[in-house]
Amino acid sequence: MLEEILIAGFGGQGVLSTGQLLANAGMIEDKHVAWIPSYGPEMRGGTANCGVTISDEPISSPLVTEPTTLIVMTRPALEKFEKAVVPGGRILINSSLVEQDVKRDDVTVLKIPANQIAEEIGNPRVANSVILGALIKLTGIVTIESVVESLKKVLPPRRHNMIPANREALERGAQLAEELG
Amino acid sequence: MSKILMKGNEAIGEGAIRAGCRHFFGYPITPQSELPHYLAKRMPEIGGVFLQAESEVSAINMVYGAAGAGMRVMTSSSSPGLSLMQEGISYLVGAELPCVIVNIMRGGPGLGNIAPAQSDYFQSTKGGGHGDYKLITLAPESVQEIIDLMAKAFDLGDQYRTPVMLLGDGILGQMMEPVELGEIQEVKQAAKPWAATGMRGRGKPNIINSLYIDPEDCENINKKLFAKYAQIAAKEQMWEEYQLEGAEIVLTAYGTAARICKSAVDKARAKGIKAGLIRPITLWPFPGSVIARAAETAKCFLTVEMSMGQMVEDVRLAVNGTCPVYFYGRTGGVVPLVSDVLAEIEKLVDGGDRE
Amino acid sequence: MMKKVFTRPKALTDKPFHYCPGCTHGIIHRLVAEVIDELGVADNTVGVCPVGCSVFAYNYFNVDMFQASHGRAPAVATGIKRSLPDRVVFTYQGDGDLASIGTAEIIHAAARSEKFTTIFVNNAVYGMTGGQMAPTTLLGQKTTTTPKGRDKEQAGFPVKVAEMLSTLDGAAYVARVSVHNPTHVNKAKKAIKKAFEVQISGQGFALVEVLSTCPTNWGMPPNEALKWLEENMIPYYPLGIYKEPAEVK
Repeated sequence: MLEEILIAGFGGQGVLSTGQLLANAGMIEDKHVAWIPSYGPEMRGGTANCGVTISDEPISSPLVTEPTTLIVMTRPALEKFEKAVVPGGRILINSSLVEQDVKRDDVTVLKIPANQIAEEIGNPRVANSVILGALIKLTGIVTIESVVESLKKVLPPRRHNMIPANREALERGAQLAEELG
Repeated sequence: MSKILMKGNEAIGEGAIRAGCRHFFGYPITPQSELPHYLAKRMPEIGGVFLQAESEVSAINMVYGAAGAGMRVMTSSSSPGLSLMQEGISYLVGAELPCVIVNIMRGGPGLGNIAPAQSDYFQSTKGGGHGDYKLITLAPESVQEIIDLMAKAFDLGDQYRTPVMLLGDGILGQMMEPVELGEIQEVKQAAKPWAATGMRGRGKPNIINSLYIDPEDCENINKKLFAKYAQIAAKEQMWEEYQLEGAEIVLTAYGTAARICKSAVDKARAKGIKAGLIRPITLWPFPGSVIARAAETAKCFLTVEMSMGQMVEDVRLAVNGTCPVYFYGRTGGVVPLVSDVLAEIEKLVDGGDRE
Repeated sequence: MMKKVFTRPKALTDKPFHYCPGCTHGIIHRLVAEVIDELGVADNTVGVCPVGCSVFAYNYFNVDMFQASHGRAPAVATGIKRSLPDRVVFTYQGDGDLASIGTAEIIHAAARSEKFTTIFVNNAVYGMTGGQMAPTTLLGQKTTTTPKGRDKEQAGFPVKVAEMLSTLDGAAYVARVSVHNPTHVNKAKKAIKKAFEVQISGQGFALVEVLSTCPTNWGMPPNEALKWLEENMIPYYPLGIYKEPAEVK
């Protein structure tokens, strides 16, 4: 098993921390994981993206140049990275934020109204967990339990009250992936 | 022990602290800045010193002061900053002061860019400043190996009274990987009776100096340094052998490039190609002995670097004409892909070396 | 029997100075050594010498010493003092070292209020390298690189270090003194002593600029050089205390 996930959007959308959460969950399951951000002036320009590799084997390069899954939170991110996805790969779009369609027909596309679902849950900050839930359902790279477990480590104790809403978001995302898939 | 996810740059900081380093002087530059960020927070917690210098030139001279005062001290920068530090490094060598210098390399020459590169190999290993000297240069390939090598870096520095370079690239600095930090060990540091700390009853001043105005004195210092280097070269070579057993095509690569090569070797082996890898961990002293040994049975070598070809010169010296040494590199911040390296390996096979 | 009225300070070694006849480095070395003796800190002192005529000062001061690269003595002293905060640390630097190649280091050491003492010897010329223009060379002054005299159009203006550094909040004590006659030598010693005391009491960065002569590169006998200093340097570089800490009550 080797999943190379590219998460792309704007700074402030939790792109980097979502990637770290996923990498942490993989680590809890004793898989080989690596996380790498884009860095430098590009970062100051507002875009943010990171690559997460989760594998049963040692990871050669942590750079995700040809993602098996692309998660996009903005239109420019979709335009920039759509072509990079491997044939047969997946593109997960936060459709609350991105209206564009994917031009390719050799990839699986899943449109997830993540912000809308987060609102329904009552916490707009768990939108990324909705997408993570869908990713987990589609790939089986980690379990929802491991993500919840890593939330306990990643979040400062005062934020642990966010965990139930995140769990709900992960489950809603997984459910949606099952329905759409 | 449980693992934690840690950034390479932060691991350098934590590794240094665990190695007993309590003094850090540095100047911001991408892609190593998370290291000073980390130490700015950590050093005060443990009674250590973090100081943001006004330039890399000042930072390396602050290191000279702290090292001469007997401290375990570190600085870090990225390629252009290292160029600025070269005079100071030469002074540290001349005064035989131990310290650890980190270079998280980026694309060059000039301002270049901030993307990962390995184009400072010559500068690091061959004596980047003026005068005759070598620098012990350690090249980890993973965040875990950073943690494991930091103590080694400080120990080697103290043992041989020499600056030690930790050489990585932007990927290594920026990436997060699981690490096992292990228990915090008590650090045994060698006594430094030569340090200039105020005489405190010693009766005779200690002088930290690299000035030898009499040419014969200066030549003798050079001879002394090179006697030391001969000892280091004989005792301290470190490398990893990967699938080297029966390898006909021997790859050589370090750091991030070596990780890419490992995947390429696996894929080649899966196709029935007898490929293997030698990964130097010490770039100086260069592990020429294992390369010479492998050259006796290999059909050819392929050196892979994120540069136009620097370490390949040392590989050729070690192979010494026994078999051909080929090179594949991407540079300027471009990182080679596993598929690129595999294609190079296959080219060599198709070239007729395969039976 | 003769009574002993004059002796070598303990903080100087017995090695003879290499300085040219009439050079005032010897006087200034002696003043620093006397102050170290009087404060009783020789065993606890670390000095840093520069590149320039005083590059060999480590042979003369009978304390632990560092030789620093050109201009970087304040950075080296920073590294020492941050490592050993209870030691007395001083740098001894000339005008090329401190006011030209080392401007960044001295300014930022002062700005950070590093707790060490700098003895800045200003003789308006590069001595060791052969009498070239220094940042402190006066307008009209002839040097080997300003053969017709320093021209402001071509070479700009001399740098007033004491004035400049005294604008920094981190500088606790800044004074300019001269050693061209015995009265001023005594005043210079008082300032140097104060600069060490300011450090020892933890009040911050202290610098004494000492106007000095270079008969060799000025091309005049020592007595004329002393007169030249008084008549030409002091008007441009006024003596006095530019900054001192408020007295602790």
